[in-house]
Amino acid sequence: MSIVSVKGLSKRYQIGEHAGYGSLRDEIVNAVTSPFRWFRQGENSRATSTCLWALDDVSFDVREGEVLGIIGGNGAGKSTLLKILSRITEPTRGEVRIRGRVASLLEVGTGFHPELTGRENVFLNGSLLGMRATEIRDRFDEIVSFSEIEEFIDTPVKRYSSGMYVRLAFAVAAHLEPEILIVDEVLAVGDVAFQKKCLGKMSDIACGGRTVLFVSHNMAAVRKLCSRGILLEGGKLTYNGPADTAVESYLDEGEFGEGNGPVHIRKDLSAAHQAGFAIESIALLSKNGEVPRDLKTGDSILLRIQYVAERRFMGAEFIVSCKSEWGEEIFRTTTSYGTGDSLDQVEGPGTLELEVNDLPLLGGNYYLDLALAREGISYHFVLERAIHLEFTPTDVYGSGQAESSRNGFLAVSHAWRHQR
Amino acid sequence: METPKADELVIRPRRGFEPLNVAELWGFREVFFFLTWRDLKVRYKQTLLGIAWAALQPIIMVLIFSFVFSRIGMKSEHMPYPVFLLLGLIPWNYFASVLGQSTVSLVAGSGLITKIYFPRMLLPLSLSLSALIDLVIAFAVLVVLILWYQLPIGPGILLVPFLILLTVMNAAGFGLWFSALNARFRDIQYAVHFVILIWMFASPIFYSASMIGGSFRWLLVLNPMAGVIEAFRPAVIGHAPIPWPELGISATMGVIVLVTGLYYFRRVERFLADII
Repeated sequence: MSIVSVKGLSKRYQIGEHAGYGSLRDEIVNAVTSPFRWFRQGENSRATSTCLWALDDVSFDVREGEVLGIIGGNGAGKSTLLKILSRITEPTRGEVRIRGRVASLLEVGTGFHPELTGRENVFLNGSLLGMRATEIRDRFDEIVSFSEIEEFIDTPVKRYSSGMYVRLAFAVAAHLEPEILIVDEVLAVGDVAFQKKCLGKMSDIACGGRTVLFVSHNMAAVRKLCSRGILLEGGKLTYNGPADTAVESYLDEGEFGEGNGPVHIRKDLSAAHQAGFAIESIALLSKNGEVPRDLKTGDSILLRIQYVAERRFMGAEFIVSCKSEWGEEIFRTTTSYGTGDSLDQVEGPGTLELEVNDLPLLGGNYYLDLALAREGISYHFVLERAIHLEFTPTDVYGSGQAESSRNGFLAVSHAWRHQR
Repeated sequence: METPKADELVIRPRRGFEPLNVAELWGFREVFFFLTWRDLKVRYKQTLLGIAWAALQPIIMVLIFSFVFSRIGMKSEHMPYPVFLLLGLIPWNYFASVLGQSTVSLVAGSGLITKIYFPRMLLPLSLSLSALIDLVIAFAVLVVLILWYQLPIGPGILLVPFLILLTVMNAAGFGLWFSALNARFRDIQYAVHFVILIWMFASPIFYSASMIGGSFRWLLVLNPMAGVIEAFRPAVIGHAPIPWPELGISATMGVIVLVTGLYYFRRVERFLADII
């Protein structure tokens, strides 16, 4: 028996400057000339030429106790789906049936008020997440000890560090006991140790027979936690089956150009253009400046990006982040570490080069994310998986065995000693 | 389409008129309580005088207005002008404060609206409840003033809870309208200051309705706050009969505004998260 059943779900958004607002004058004219129709018609029934189907005829079922991973690229419709399932927004067509008590976590700390103390916020947030006041009272001590901020529980949260804030917020969320849990990328918060703790709590929930709908970019987490996965592409459901296969078909998604070499550059760089930083070309070359025919552990690479900045980006830094196939970050570097001549206030065309020597990556698939950040606070744009690198497994350790990313990502120079 | 079974949640596009879901609102009563409690908690946070502001605001207004208006020869019968003023300001200040805060409540609460589900009307409605604390404190100031001037108190005082209820109903109704309109057209949050200012002068706060001549009389009849204020004075002091017809109009207007406000709000609620 399915506990969540989604049938023909579609959601249309209006795009453009006046999307959703309409003009006050039109509204008054409509209300006066045909008041009855005006009152009956919602935003949804207004015909517009500029619309976008964020979700297009999506159907699937979730059985009780199942942990479903929802994956897909940016703009694939994942967050729209979550918003409909959490009843934040209404579908344009189709329906969802949910049998059981739902809690949805699209962020941690929803409703936290900076002026209120930790204790007060636990009650406010818990109530908004669907807990009864008596339940919150019963679990209060547990929540506080999970958050590890006992001493500050009666301090206003505006005095908290961001780490403390996130700990307390997650602690409340972790103590929800719904039959169905809907979670967005909330695990991507806090420091590494706390992330581990959150992931642990998530797998407890998943193993505890609760039904979970989980959206993530972290493919490793999806594989680890989910039994089944659905893949969304451009608002359509393109795969529904075992989580491993869903992750693989997401990773194989044809977002890269043709080519047999080990380097694939993404075709769609429009996110950068839209932010006013037009990327004219991306080239990933070997040390001698040629297109590499093969990438092996220990090879050096040269990344060259030609751009045209359409405006000044004050305090901007360009970030390159190398990630594994499963989305774990292996290293990251920014122009602010580099030449001292940062991207601050540049305008017009330019070329950025990043040289990485002796890359110690084992055989396997790696991705480079490119981003332009504003003083490390927020992003002008992020091009996820802009470059795909295929490293050929090589016998780095001279063991006669070609090492690949199955056994970790890095080749390290090492020696064993054994005394007896 | 199948009919929903018990404890089954069905999400589908809503069509046409949607009646008020009382059962759902009841289910969210604790959220309503916590939102009200949050408003109360943060109301005078990080102020030196704290809750004293709730008393100081009407006192300062009475001092300023009685100074200005007695200079231009404004007078009141049966009671000292400061008492007359305060009796008008108690319902009015509550109404104006709820209206002003409700208007921006959805925009200010967009962080909640885009992240979690609850009946959105709890945001403006919780303000009508939390603002009552100021009204109660202003009433305490009134009691002190009445004792000071040694004024009599009539049996009409029993009508006060009903008058307050009527004020709450009007404030909630207009609050629903303005908050939903402001979610769509942010013009409203700028215009509301002027609406409140004009409305204040169009209400019998500084003057009594009897002083208003024929051609402006209709304005008072249409203004639901006029009836409340006009009834508030005789109810407390008992110097004149309660103006039942005006009060009846106020009550009728209040019901109409609240019901239409609920409907309009429900209509906007459907696509609120997409436009906020």
